[in-house]
Amino acid sequence: MNCIIVDDEETARIILEQLCSKSPNLVVQGSFSNAMSAMKYLNQNKVDLIFLDINMPDFTGFDFIQTLKVLPRIIITTSHKDYAIEAFEYNCIVDYLVKPIKLPRFIKAVEKAEAFKLEAPAQSTVKSDTETTGSELFVNIDRRLIKIDMPSITVIEAKGDYITVRTVDKNYTVHSTLKKIEEKLPTETFLKVHRSYIINTHKIVDIEDNSVLIGKSVIPVSRSKRPELMRRLNLL
Amino acid sequence: MIKETPNLLLVKQLADGDVSFEKKLVGVIKKELPVEIETYTNYYNSKEFVESANIVHKIKHKISILGMAQSHQFVEDYENELREENNSKHQGFLSVLEVMINFLKQY
Repeated sequence: MNCIIVDDEETARIILEQLCSKSPNLVVQGSFSNAMSAMKYLNQNKVDLIFLDINMPDFTGFDFIQTLKVLPRIIITTSHKDYAIEAFEYNCIVDYLVKPIKLPRFIKAVEKAEAFKLEAPAQSTVKSDTETTGSELFVNIDRRLIKIDMPSITVIEAKGDYITVRTVDKNYTVHSTLKKIEEKLPTETFLKVHRSYIINTHKIVDIEDNSVLIGKSVIPVSRSKRPELMRRLNLL
Repeated sequence: MIKETPNLLLVKQLADGDVSFEKKLVGVIKKELPVEIETYTNYYNSKEFVESANIVHKIKHKISILGMAQSHQFVEDYENELREENNSKHQGFLSVLEVMINFLKQY
């Protein structure tokens, strides 16, 4: 089985590499200190198994799993016993190893991975149940229905009982909620990244840790929304 | 105060006679630990206890690699307490770190 190791702690990575070297059926394709580098690798390469830490800065192991388009088998490696219940809610998680990992327990986990059959439907978590066919949205402003081309929308911001729809040329303030407008927008283009913001993902200029730049506006991104946002990106 | 002497039993077990691996692992622990201690100290001094707990979590792994079972339990409790903004075990944690650093100096 081809595998990769994702753990921010070098000590943990070299121990896992050593343990993998004791298992003749494992080939370590890469060892990554952060989830982002592993995601880039997985966009280009297929692996059978991931050894994944949970406590990592920026992205937890669970966040990382949610970004994956194709789910290989995953063995969780952690110093924390308390994540076990959450871990087994994921169909792709084969086993849960508590550090420090010893060889006999490691071999047992690898054997479980070899025998483990992945369920095909677990491959994606993208929802496409709110797609709309048209590319126009009509909003009610001063008793007039104003047409907005959806591709021109950059950001929609909640402001109390109102929302502001920002487009490339103009802003429209409408009496509505983010939840209502979200239902009208194509899910492959628009994403709610924060409780007060929906963004057009095609308009992103750049992304920092907890924000995205759209035009000249910096929009905050909730920690819980980051995995979905990262999964949408065409990472190199 | 926990009186516990670190050891390399687990390191040797993992190495399975591979001396270069043994040296490599101890070398990486020696390299990572001071950086983690510095990061912990910065977060702790800024009263960022949850971030401090995340660093304690990483150091906890090294404590277990050095075979310090009692200290590991103590530090696990400290990590959990820090997440609830309770820092009462800070001095005890520093003592564990001192024992580790002194032990690693001989390698």
